[in-house]
Amino acid sequence: MAQNRKIVEVSVGAFMLIGLVALFFLAMQVSNLSSAPRGSGYEVTARFDNIGSLKVRAPVTMAGVVLGRVVAIDFDDETYEAVVTMRIQSKYDRIPEDTFAKIYTAGLLGEQYIGLDPGGSDTFLKDGGQITLTQSSIVLEEIIGQFLFNKAEGEKNGGKGEDK
Amino acid sequence: MIEQLARLGRTGLLALERLGRGHLLLLAILKGMTEIVRRPFLLIAQMFSVGVLSILIVGISGLFVGMVLGLQGYYVLSQFGAEESLGVMVAASLVRELGPVVTALLFAGRAGSALTAEIGLMKATEQLSGLEMMAVDPVKRILAPRFFAGFLSMPLLAALFSALGILGGYLVSVGLLGVDEGAFWSQMQHKIDLHEDIYNGVIKSLVFGVVCTWIALFQGYDAVPTSEGVSRATTRTVVHSAFAVLGLDFVLTALMFGD
Amino acid sequence: MCPECGELGDGLDGHYSDWRQSRLCSFWPGAPGWWRAWPLLRLEAGADGRYTMSDSQAEPLVKIRGLRFSRGEKRIFDGVDIDIQRHRVTAIMGPSGTGKTTLLKLIGGQLQPEAGTVIVDGKDIHALPLDALYKLRIRMGMMFQSGALLTDIDVFENVAYPLREHTSLSEEMIRKLVLLKLEAVGLRGARDLMPSELSGGMARRVALARAVALDPMMIMYDEPFTGQDPISMGVLVELIRELNDASRLTSIIVSHDVQETAEIADHIYVISQGKVIEHGTPEELMDSQSAWVKQFMHGLPDGPVRFHYPAPDLAQDFFRHSTGGRP
Repeated sequence: MAQNRKIVEVSVGAFMLIGLVALFFLAMQVSNLSSAPRGSGYEVTARFDNIGSLKVRAPVTMAGVVLGRVVAIDFDDETYEAVVTMRIQSKYDRIPEDTFAKIYTAGLLGEQYIGLDPGGSDTFLKDGGQITLTQSSIVLEEIIGQFLFNKAEGEKNGGKGEDK
Repeated sequence: MIEQLARLGRTGLLALERLGRGHLLLLAILKGMTEIVRRPFLLIAQMFSVGVLSILIVGISGLFVGMVLGLQGYYVLSQFGAEESLGVMVAASLVRELGPVVTALLFAGRAGSALTAEIGLMKATEQLSGLEMMAVDPVKRILAPRFFAGFLSMPLLAALFSALGILGGYLVSVGLLGVDEGAFWSQMQHKIDLHEDIYNGVIKSLVFGVVCTWIALFQGYDAVPTSEGVSRATTRTVVHSAFAVLGLDFVLTALMFGD
Repeated sequence: MCPECGELGDGLDGHYSDWRQSRLCSFWPGAPGWWRAWPLLRLEAGADGRYTMSDSQAEPLVKIRGLRFSRGEKRIFDGVDIDIQRHRVTAIMGPSGTGKTTLLKLIGGQLQPEAGTVIVDGKDIHALPLDALYKLRIRMGMMFQSGALLTDIDVFENVAYPLREHTSLSEEMIRKLVLLKLEAVGLRGARDLMPSELSGGMARRVALARAVALDPMMIMYDEPFTGQDPISMGVLVELIRELNDASRLTSIIVSHDVQETAEIADHIYVISQGKVIEHGTPEELMDSQSAWVKQFMHGLPDGPVRFHYPAPDLAQDFFRHSTGGRP
């Protein structure tokens, strides 16, 4: 009886250990736990005229390195702008105030993310700070429209030239 | 015609009554939690027969499912030149869907049917009645520890399934098909989110654990106490568990990922 | 629950252990333990103001009145009245399928009757709250037909089970008690066997040892003699009688084995068609003039009870079948 009990207890202990190790493995090795700590960090906001298809949890990068993530997207109904709240990891606390934020697209059809270009200021962004210099996302339809328009313009001009 | 209608009504009423009894039993089981705090060995003994004895089937299934996913995924993804995403594909499908669902189905077949048969036979041989007459509540002593063992074992088994599946996928894609090892892991880590994917997977398997164990215990406890009744109850456990798991999986997926 | 002061107790301390004692609360609320633990004799003021001695033992331990119970469409009991006297062996007899086991389950509070009351030791079993019912059941032992031993633990642990469950005795004490109980049923040597290794008769004796493990006030035997060989039958008959007399128990035997039951019972109730047909001492029943009781007690093939299950006439049955279509 006592012997049996010991075996049962040990094997259940081993089972729970194996299960927890598996969970730990999933959390550490498989997921992006290491790259996206929650809770720690500070929040800054930025206003964009157009965010395209930017989503909550999109990465915020500088020089290609992920510094944080978008945590909220709101709409300001007075200025008709999008207000994007980003959470930057607390170890990156030397981002200049006049940093330039721009919405990029990863690849031609990939996800959109925020890229930061550092400015030259000596004061750094703090929790609740705001990035004032922004550029909206590039909307593919607009570019195509502009391209076609330019081309048409060019042809018109060319036609005039021939006339002369 | 009236007779047909009456039969339909009777069937419906009986089904509702069963459902009611099932919920009452669940309530009684939850109340029986106190007994487990008093005698933790009851729970440990059940964790052994429900969890430890299911490790082998769950682990091996996980490994093979992961390997197959690697092979099939490679076939599709290589047509787009996206072999590097194999890790993402294997991990996402395992962690989000296959881990919880397949583990729950295996669990219903391996542990659920055993639970039903055990409880049903205890009922048929008057053991439950005997406990009652010894002033021991069988719901507290027999059902509650089994219920919580199932509830706790399921997420651990599902995690084991997913982890071994990912290793299986890794073995096939990196070892056999020559996918770049760094890309396999880094793409996976980039795309799989701890909250979105892994926590939700764990929540799914907790829900499945509750449902599968509940079905198994109720079928056993409600079985007709004859050998035929117990065998029918065992079959019902597996069938009902499968339906419940697949149906609930759809609902949970829609709630979690469909925004 | 005490009907007068509402105290919820286990009854083990003698408080309200019969209706008379419940009055204790009203005229002596702070009664000391020794007074409460005095269940046998009680001084009571009579109508003339004089104190008289009364014996609470006169009240039957189990009092069944107007019991009605159905299973599906079938009426099992229809107005059954039974008194089970303290410290006696009372047998309830009847042909198979008369719901004798059901009666034990009704006494034990495992089933709810449609109508009527079952009073055990002054308490209406079916009106008790669940925890009080469980406390009362500690003092009721039951031996099931199959033994109902827990199959995953050995004989020793089976007998120790109620002790571990309801007492906080030391391991050494439990061991002694269990061995004592097993010795009483002659199975001390079989303590390490698993229930699957026991014969039917041994399993029943182990079940008996388990039923008396907590020294209950009463034991219910469900078909104790069915399917036993003559030797273990004799052993059981003697055991039941001895246990009853030695520990001042109250025994209820449900059986259809006339010979063995008549041998040990003090009082017999015969049930059929959901009613008590006759009751009395074994001798009285053996000499009964009722044709039905006579047939049952003497095992006569012919009498009011027919060998055939109710069926239409044989020739008619054949004829109907040959013209096609079962009715």
